[in-house]
Amino acid sequence: MLKLDECIISNGSFLLNADFEIETGAKVAVIGPSGAGKSTLLETIAGFRDLKAGQMHWNDQSMTTLPPGKRPLAMLFQDGNLFPHLTAAQNVGLGIRPNGRLSDEEKEMVKSALHRVGLPEMGTRKPAELSGGQQSRVALARILVQKRDVLLLDEPFAALGPALKAEMLDLVADLVAETGTTLLMVSHDPQDALRITEQTVFITDQVAHAPVATKQLFENPPPALRDYLG
Amino acid sequence: MAGRTQPVSSWPGISAAALVAALILGTLATVGLRAETSGGFNPSDWAALRFTLLQATLSAAFSSMLAIPVARALARRRFRGRRVLIALLGVPFILPVIVAILGLLQVFGRSGWISDVLGVFGLPPIQIYGLHGVVLAHVFFNLPLATRLILQGWQEIPAERFRLAAQLGCDGMAMFRLIELPMLRRVLPGVLAVIFAICLTSFAVALTLGGGPRATTIELAIYQAFTYDFDLGRAALLSALQLALTAAAALAALKFSRGDGFGAGLNRAIRRWDGGTPLLDAFWIIAAATFLLLPLASVVISGALGLFELPTLVFRAAAISILVATISTMLLLLLAVPMAVSAATGRYGIVELCGILGLAASPLVIGTGLFILIRPVANPAMLALPVTALVNAVMALPFALRILVPAARDTIERHRRLALSLDMNKRTFFTRIIVMRLRPQIGFAAGLAAALSMGDLGVIALFADAQIATLPLQIYRLMGAYQMQAAAGGALVLLLLSMGVFWILDRGGRWHAEA
Amino acid sequence: MKHLAIAAGILTATSAVAADKPQLTVYTYDSFVSDWGPGPKVEEAFEAVCDCDLNLVGVEDGAALLSRIRLEGENTDADVVLGLDTNLIAAAKETGLFAPHSVTADYALPIQWTDDTFVPYDWGYFAFVHNADASAPANFRELADSEAKIIIQDPRSSTPGLGLLLWVKAAYGDEAPAIWADLSDNIVTVTKGWSEAYGLFLDGEADMVLSYTTSPAYHLIAEEDASKAAAAFDEGHYMQIEVAAKLAGSDHSELADQFLNFMVSDAFQQIIPTTNWMYPAVTPSSGLPEGFDTLVVPQKSLIIDPSEAATKRDEALSEWLGALSQ
Repeated sequence: MLKLDECIISNGSFLLNADFEIETGAKVAVIGPSGAGKSTLLETIAGFRDLKAGQMHWNDQSMTTLPPGKRPLAMLFQDGNLFPHLTAAQNVGLGIRPNGRLSDEEKEMVKSALHRVGLPEMGTRKPAELSGGQQSRVALARILVQKRDVLLLDEPFAALGPALKAEMLDLVADLVAETGTTLLMVSHDPQDALRITEQTVFITDQVAHAPVATKQLFENPPPALRDYLG
Repeated sequence: MAGRTQPVSSWPGISAAALVAALILGTLATVGLRAETSGGFNPSDWAALRFTLLQATLSAAFSSMLAIPVARALARRRFRGRRVLIALLGVPFILPVIVAILGLLQVFGRSGWISDVLGVFGLPPIQIYGLHGVVLAHVFFNLPLATRLILQGWQEIPAERFRLAAQLGCDGMAMFRLIELPMLRRVLPGVLAVIFAICLTSFAVALTLGGGPRATTIELAIYQAFTYDFDLGRAALLSALQLALTAAAALAALKFSRGDGFGAGLNRAIRRWDGGTPLLDAFWIIAAATFLLLPLASVVISGALGLFELPTLVFRAAAISILVATISTMLLLLLAVPMAVSAATGRYGIVELCGILGLAASPLVIGTGLFILIRPVANPAMLALPVTALVNAVMALPFALRILVPAARDTIERHRRLALSLDMNKRTFFTRIIVMRLRPQIGFAAGLAAALSMGDLGVIALFADAQIATLPLQIYRLMGAYQMQAAAGGALVLLLLSMGVFWILDRGGRWHAEA
Repeated sequence: MKHLAIAAGILTATSAVAADKPQLTVYTYDSFVSDWGPGPKVEEAFEAVCDCDLNLVGVEDGAALLSRIRLEGENTDADVVLGLDTNLIAAAKETGLFAPHSVTADYALPIQWTDDTFVPYDWGYFAFVHNADASAPANFRELADSEAKIIIQDPRSSTPGLGLLLWVKAAYGDEAPAIWADLSDNIVTVTKGWSEAYGLFLDGEADMVLSYTTSPAYHLIAEEDASKAAAAFDEGHYMQIEVAAKLAGSDHSELADQFLNFMVSDAFQQIIPTTNWMYPAVTPSSGLPEGFDTLVVPQKSLIIDPSEAATKRDEALSEWLGALSQ
C-alpha cells in the first residue's frame, strides 16, 4: 500500500496537497488540467522532489527521505528513458545491475524480457536504430527486470500514434497484471485512463484527491472535471 | 542546479581544481618566498600594465567580434572541405610563437607578400608594427579559438528552435535576436575572458609586432625581473598581478554568462532554417580563411625547402614531443573531465576560475617554482618531461573546460533522473554515461591539448639538459645555430604533427558516437 | 608503450653516472649544448683526457644562466659555469659563489685579461650584418641619418641587445640618448631574442640586423654563401668576451681546474670558431679557419669595465627606454 500522509509538495510558488492511499496492485490514473501538478506528484513520489511537509510510506515503511533509486518503484518519463549510446540489451541490463556486469543468468533475464515485450532480435541495436514504439518496448522490458513494486508512468507514450499508444498501454496492463505491480500513470486522455486503470486520482485546485473508481468518475464527473473534459 | 541530488560526485573535480590552484599559487608563493630583496613595482611596470591591459582588451574584443560572423557562416553553410577548413583554422593557435611571428611577418611585414603586391601598384608597404600589429597577431592566434568555441555554441542550439523561428516568419535579424543573441550572451563572456588571459601573458609577439619597448607587457617585465635583475620578489609580484587580472576577468565573465542553455533538443536531424545571405557568409569564410591560411602557407613554403635539410635529431625530438603530448593529454583529461562534471553540477565558478588561472600563470614562474620545489628531492632534469607535460596540461585546461562543461551539463541534465531512478551509483554514471556521452567533446579537448602541448615550448627550457629536447626546443636551437632553413623544416614537421594528433583524437572521439 | 620505452631510455641515458668515474657538471647556455653547438665535441674531447664524465647542462642564455646559479646558491650542482660575459662578471662575483682560477694562457683578445676568477674562452664584436651588395653606414650617426632599416634585440631579454646598449653608451657616453632618439625611426622592431631578429632579417624584413662580425663567417663556411657582410663602424665595436669560472663549492675542484685549463687549450679552442661562431680566446696552433680572414676587423675595440658595467647598464637601459618609448 502506497500512503501519502498529509503531503505538501512545493514547486516554486506552486503548492499541491496530497493525503491518500493506494492499494497494492491497484491501477490508478492521475488526471487533471494542464499545470495542475500531475507530473510534479509523480516526481515527488519517485523522489526527485522533496516534500515540504508530510510523509510517504510503502507498506508501513517510510520512504520520505529515500533517494530515488532506493524506492520500491520504477518510473518512465516523457522522454529520455534510454541511454542513446547503449544497446537495447545494455539498457535493459541496467534495470538489473545499474553498476556492474551481468552474469550469464542475468543476461538470460534480459533476453527473455526483450522477448516478452516483442523484441527478441533487437538486443544489439541502439535506440537510434529503433522506432518510437520499439524504444518504448525496450523501456518496458527494463521495467520488467527492475521488479519494483510500483510503476510510475509520466506519459511516456505521448509521442506515439493512437493505435501504437493503445498497444503500449495494453502491454503495460498485461505486464503489471503478470507481476502484481501497482501502477500510477499520468494521463490527459480519459480513454487511456478508462482503458487500463480502475481508479483515478483527480488533481485540481492544488489538491490531489483520493482515488475513486475511474468508470464512475467519468460517468458522473464533479464540476471541476467536467470543466476539464469540456 | 545546486542543492539537487546529482547522479555524479563533484568531489573529484573539486579536488582536481584544488590541485591546479595549488600548483599555480604554490609555485608563485615558492618563488616569492625565495626572494632576497623585498621587491616592488618599478615605475616602468605601470606602463607595462597599462599596455598589457590595452592590448589584451583590444585583442580579446577583436578576436571575438570577428569570430561571430565567421562562426555563424560556418554554422549554416555546408560545403566541400568545410571540415578540413575548420581543422586548418585551428592551426595558428598551436604554432610555436617564433614560427608564427616569422610566418605572420612574411605576409604582413614590410617586405611581406601584401607589401610586395602593394609595391607592384607603386604603393608603400603596410606599416604593421605598432599596437595594431599586436592586435592583428593576437587575432591571428585567437580568432580560430574564438570561432571554434562560438561555432560550438551555435551547433548546440537545437535545430527545432530554428524551425520554430522560421515557422514564425522570423527574418535574419529577428532570428538573431531571438535565438542567437541569447547563445552569444552565454558563450561570449567566457571566450572574451579566455582570450584576454592568453593575451595578458603575451611577450615575444607583443614586443616584436609592437615595434619596440612601447609594447612592453607584464610578462616581459617578469622575464626581466628574473634574468636581468634577478629580483624574484618583483617577478612574483608581477605574476600575482597577472593572476589577479585574469581572475577578475574570469569572474566578470562568469557573472555575465550565467543562465541556462537551451535545454535538450530532441536531436532529430532537422534542416536548419537560418538561411541568411549566402554571399555575406561566403565573404566571411573566405576572408577568415585567407587571413589565417596565408601565414600558414608561408610556414609551409619555407618549411618545405627545409625538410630536405632536417637533421635526424629533429625526428628524435619529434618522438619526445609526441611522448610529452601523450602524457600531457592524459593528465589534462584526468583533471578536466572531473572538473567539467563539478562545473556542470553547480560548482561552476570556483572550478572555472581555477581552470582559467592556468592561462595567466607565467610559465617562467611555474617553471621556476617547480624547479625550486623539486631540486631538494630530485634532479630537475630527470623530471623535465613529466613537469613539461603537467604544465602543458594546466595551460590547456581552460580550453578543455570550455569544450566539456556545456556538454557535461547537458548530459547530466538529460540523464539525471533515469540514472537516479535506476539506482546507478556515481562512479558508474561517470564512467558509463558521462565519459561515453562526452566522447566527441573529450576527443576534441584531447586533440587540442595534444596539439598545444606539441607546439608549446613550455618549461622544458628551464629543465632540460642536452639530451632531452622537444621539437619546439630543437627548432629554437636550430635557429640559434643560424640554421633557419632547417628550423623552418622542423616547424613544418611540428605543424603536421600537431594537426595529425588533433585530427586523430578529434576523429577518434566522434567515431561511432551517437547523437 | 614504445614511446615510453624511448623516453625511459633517454632518461636513464642522461642520468647514468658511471659509478667509477667522477662527474664534472658544467652549466652553460642552451646553444652551447645544442647538437649544432660546441657541446658534443667539447664533451668528447674532454672525456678523452679527463677519465671523467662531463655533464653539460643547458640554460636558456647567459643572463638566465647567472639567475640559475643565484637560484641554486651554495647548493648548486654545478662545478663550472661557462657562458657568462663581461657584463655579468660583476654581478656573478657579488654572489661569492665563484672561486679564483690558476689558468694562464696567451690570449688573443684585443684587451689585456687580468681577471682572477673568470677565464675567457671566446669573444666577438657586435656588429650590424647586412647584405653584402648593399652599402652600409660607417657609424651610428650615418645609420641614423640614413633610410636603412634595422632590427635589434631587447636588452632586457637578449645578450646582443644588451651589448648594443652598452656599445652606444661606450661610444657616445652622455650623447647616447640623442643617438637612440635619432635611431628610433630606423628601428623596424625590437625582438625578444637573437633568433627572431636574425630570422626576420633573412626574410628581408630589414636592411640590417644586430649580430656579430663573425656572423658572415657562418654563411661563408657552412653555406658557402658570401652574400652577408658586417658593417664596420668607425667609432669602434663593442666586444663580447665569454667566460667560465669554477664554483667555490665544487666537489671536484681539481677536475674543474683541469677543465678550465682544457678550455684554453687547442683541443677546445679549435672547436669554437665553427660551432659557436666566435673568435677563440686563444688562437689554436692550426690558426683560424679559412673564411675568418674575410671578416671585418674593427679599428677600435670598445668595452665597459666589468666593475662599471652594472651601473652603466641600468643608466643606459633607462635612456634607451626613454628614447624609444616616445
